[in-house]
Amino acid sequence: MQRLDRQRLRQVADRYGSVIILLMVVLAFAVLEPRYFLSAANFNNVGRQASVLLILALGQLLAVATAGVDLSVGSVMSLSMIVMALVMEGGALDPSIVPAVAPLVGLLCGLVNGLGIIYLRLPHPFIMTLAMLYIARGATNLLSGGVPISGMPEAVRWFGSGELNLGMRIPVPLVVAFAAYLVIGGVLRFTRFGLQVYAVGGSETGALYAGVSISKVKLGVYGLCGMLAGLAGLILAGRTNSAYPNAGIGAELDAIAAVIIGGASFFGGRGNAPATFAGALMITIFRNGLNLADVTVFWQQVLIGVIVIGAVGLDVLRGRWLRKVAFD
Amino acid sequence: MEETARRFFVHLQGIWKRFGPIVAVRDASLSIRRGEVLGLVGDNGAGKSSLMKILSGVLRPDSGKIIVEDRFVQFTSAGDARRCGIDMIYQDYGLVGSLSVLENIFLGRELIYGALGGMIGVLDRSAMKRRSLKALSEVGFSSIEVTRTAEQLSGGERQAVSICRALVLGPDLIIMDEPTAALSVKEVGRVLQLVRQLRSADVAVVFISHRLDDVLAVCDRIVVLRRGRIVATLNGSETNGSEVVAHMFGDVEARA
Repeated sequence: MQRLDRQRLRQVADRYGSVIILLMVVLAFAVLEPRYFLSAANFNNVGRQASVLLILALGQLLAVATAGVDLSVGSVMSLSMIVMALVMEGGALDPSIVPAVAPLVGLLCGLVNGLGIIYLRLPHPFIMTLAMLYIARGATNLLSGGVPISGMPEAVRWFGSGELNLGMRIPVPLVVAFAAYLVIGGVLRFTRFGLQVYAVGGSETGALYAGVSISKVKLGVYGLCGMLAGLAGLILAGRTNSAYPNAGIGAELDAIAAVIIGGASFFGGRGNAPATFAGALMITIFRNGLNLADVTVFWQQVLIGVIVIGAVGLDVLRGRWLRKVAFD
Repeated sequence: MEETARRFFVHLQGIWKRFGPIVAVRDASLSIRRGEVLGLVGDNGAGKSSLMKILSGVLRPDSGKIIVEDRFVQFTSAGDARRCGIDMIYQDYGLVGSLSVLENIFLGRELIYGALGGMIGVLDRSAMKRRSLKALSEVGFSSIEVTRTAEQLSGGERQAVSICRALVLGPDLIIMDEPTAALSVKEVGRVLQLVRQLRSADVAVVFISHRLDDVLAVCDRIVVLRRGRIVATLNGSETNGSEVVAHMFGDVEARA
């Protein structure tokens, strides 16, 4: 019985280690910079900043959990912003439903990714989504002529900079991100689709033999990942009150870093929504805290690199640990 | 015994399968009865696994017919075959190491709450746990904790889990690919006992193995494959090891 408790404790540390580390980081900054870091204004600021990365990382988690990756999320995010802005300018759509355009564009891009991965039999999702990274960025520039479009409709701005009064004032983008984590996290944890996502990531052959439809799972994963990139585009457009063709350059790498810091295995089958939430929040809080402590952006980049190595190092140690537990 | 009176469950007719220039299965025809243990033997690359992966829906034949209970069927996935009552246990056990025992047993055949089906159906973990425990105790492995991950199990335990996976849905035909290859003597005995149990429950079993002792111990009929072709069908109680080996390597024609 005692051994079982120890095992359970290990399992919790294993799954939610990043949540624990996040709390330690918050505590550290709270001690170092107590006056501003813990203020409500800074909380809102961090929440607003974090929401785009939070949502991109959630999509990336789905891809990584199937032992894949989606490199196109940054480009797809900017393409969906631009298309949404063009639809707004076209004036054919009621302004209140313009926000739906961005996630739809993202969903379409994601489905194209999924279909390409399944039917072209490209050796790894890396290839297909790398192609989409270039294609979506090119399309963004072609459609916008390389020029930002500013002045978003009220409904779009609400998603990026609105606030809800829930006892305290909470930024709408943070609420949206949180809701997305509840939904996708629930799907991963409790549904058939979720189980099959982890199965495909753990062993594609095993999943195939068990009768899992690999194509269905991958189409769902990349479709959702694209849709979430579009949702992130909606929030970014709302926050900046504009759609700009350079949005999200390099954002896919931040998203991958967040997922890895959240303890997901890059080889698939492992990773969960709460830990990814903590991973994405940690990157944002780190940047915020270091800004407040007057550490330059250049050092911030170095430190985030170090954290990624630390997180993967932990993953390797955890692997050894599990094998040890197995033969105890 | 009223063996011959038993109905055939499945017929394979004129099955061909090529992988590039290699012909894995040549014009194979085979019928399997309920309550029968059919041995499938042959040298490496004789086409045993390919033929059975066609029957389990993992591979598609280039030509030929599959008839299950008098109906022509075409399988596009292992799920299709399972809906016809056919399930296969793979040589490498086909488990997903990072998933728990319970999740492995029900993967691809998940139990879902209420009427809500489809991909977003919510898993009924407590029912799956109950049935996993029952299945594990039926195969004599009730000591396995269903929450452990498959990568933490021993070879025999993994084999037991993959057998349970095939059993939970109450299949009509189970294909076992080298079920005894990686097991200890004691574990082999358990597996053979289980095969006999399945036979008496009127399940059809296809037993693929290199280990002729195990095949002779448990099979009613033995089908020999050589270079993709079925070269002999022997009665399990009348044949012996040397006859089977002679057919496997083609010494029968040489002697004739």
